[in-house]
Amino acid sequence: MAEVLVVTSGKGGVGKTTSTAALGAALAQTGQNVCVVDFDVGLRNLDLVMGAERRVVYDLINVANGDVRLQQALIRDKRIDTLYLLAASQTRDKDALSEEGVRRCISELRTRFDWVICDSPAGIERGATLAMRYADLAVVVTNPEVSSVRDSDRIIGLLDSKTLKAAQGERMEKFLLLTRYDKIRAGRGDMLSIDDVLEILSIPLLGIIPESEEVLRASNVGAPVTLSNAASAPARAYMDAARRLKGETISMTIPSDRNNLLTKLFGRRAA
Amino acid sequence: MKLFSLLTGRRSAPLARERLQILLTHERCATGNSGLIPVLREEILAVIAKHVDVAPEKVDVKVQQGDDVAVLEIEVEIPHIAARASMSRERGGRAA
Repeated sequence: MAEVLVVTSGKGGVGKTTSTAALGAALAQTGQNVCVVDFDVGLRNLDLVMGAERRVVYDLINVANGDVRLQQALIRDKRIDTLYLLAASQTRDKDALSEEGVRRCISELRTRFDWVICDSPAGIERGATLAMRYADLAVVVTNPEVSSVRDSDRIIGLLDSKTLKAAQGERMEKFLLLTRYDKIRAGRGDMLSIDDVLEILSIPLLGIIPESEEVLRASNVGAPVTLSNAASAPARAYMDAARRLKGETISMTIPSDRNNLLTKLFGRRAA
Repeated sequence: MKLFSLLTGRRSAPLARERLQILLTHERCATGNSGLIPVLREEILAVIAKHVDVAPEKVDVKVQQGDDVAVLEIEVEIPHIAARASMSRERGGRAA
C-alpha cells in the first residue's frame, strides 16, 4: 500500500525541494519504489536538483489532463532504479492543474509505488493546497527562524482543514523536519532551539538537518545530498529521517561534519 | 558589541520564542474555528454585562489547539468596585 507524503512549509527557501529529493533518494536507497512529484507549476526545480532537467518531456499537467500516459511522463533516475521523477510544467499556469486530474494521477501513482512524495510550492494558494489534498501524511519543513515557524503554523492549520483526510474527519499525520539547524548558535541562545520549535508547533519531530555546505554542493551537481555525499552530516540526517518514515525507531541525533576538518587538512582523497 | 552581549547574556532566541508564542496564540484564533470566537465573545460579554459593568475589551476568549483536544480559555477582567457593588446588590435580594 502506497504512502502519499507532502513536503510543505508555507515559506519559500526553507528546503522543501532539497528535502523531497533527499528523502526520496534515501527511501529508494533502502529498496523502496519511490516517485517524487513536483507541484510547483511554472517554477519547477525538483528536476534540476535531481539532475534530470534535460530529460523532461512530459509533466504532471500532461498526465493530469490525460494528454499522455503516466508511464510516458515518469523519468527514471540514472543512479537508483527504484527512484522516479514526475516533473511540473514550466510553461503552463498553475490554474491548468485540475483537482480531479491530480486525484486521478495520485491514485494511479499509488498503484505503482511504495512512496509518492509531493513537493509543494511555497505559499498557501491553489498549488500548495493541491499538493497536500490527497496526501496521507505531511512533512513540514521549518527553519529555526521566526518567519518560517509562523508560516509552518499556518500550514499545519491548512493540513488540518484542506486535505481530503481532514474533510473525511480523519487525522492528518504531520511531522516536523527542522532544516538548516546550527547547534552552536542554538547553544549560544542565538537561534531557536529544537525544543522551542517543537513546543510552539507541537507536532512530532522527523529529523534535524544541520546547516551544511554539502546541501549547496549537491544541488550544484544535480544530485540528492544522500547520493552526492552519503557520509556527510545532512545525508546521514536525511537517511535517519527516511528510516523513521518507514517506521523504524532511531534515536534523534544531529549529525555533524566537524570531523571533516581532518579530511580538509589532509586532503579529500584520503577520505 | 559581541563581547558586550556575551557579558550581559543578552540572547535573542528567548525573545524570538516569546514573540512567536504571543503572535501564534492570536493567529490561531483568527484563522481557525472561523467565527466561533467572536460569537462566543459577544455572548459571554452579554451574560456578564447583565450583572457586572465590564468593558468589552476586557473579555478575552482564546482557543488553544492541542493534539487531541482544544482548550477554551476565557479571561474577564472585572473592576473591583463594580464587582463588589454588584455582589452587595445581590445580597440585598435584587431580582433580575
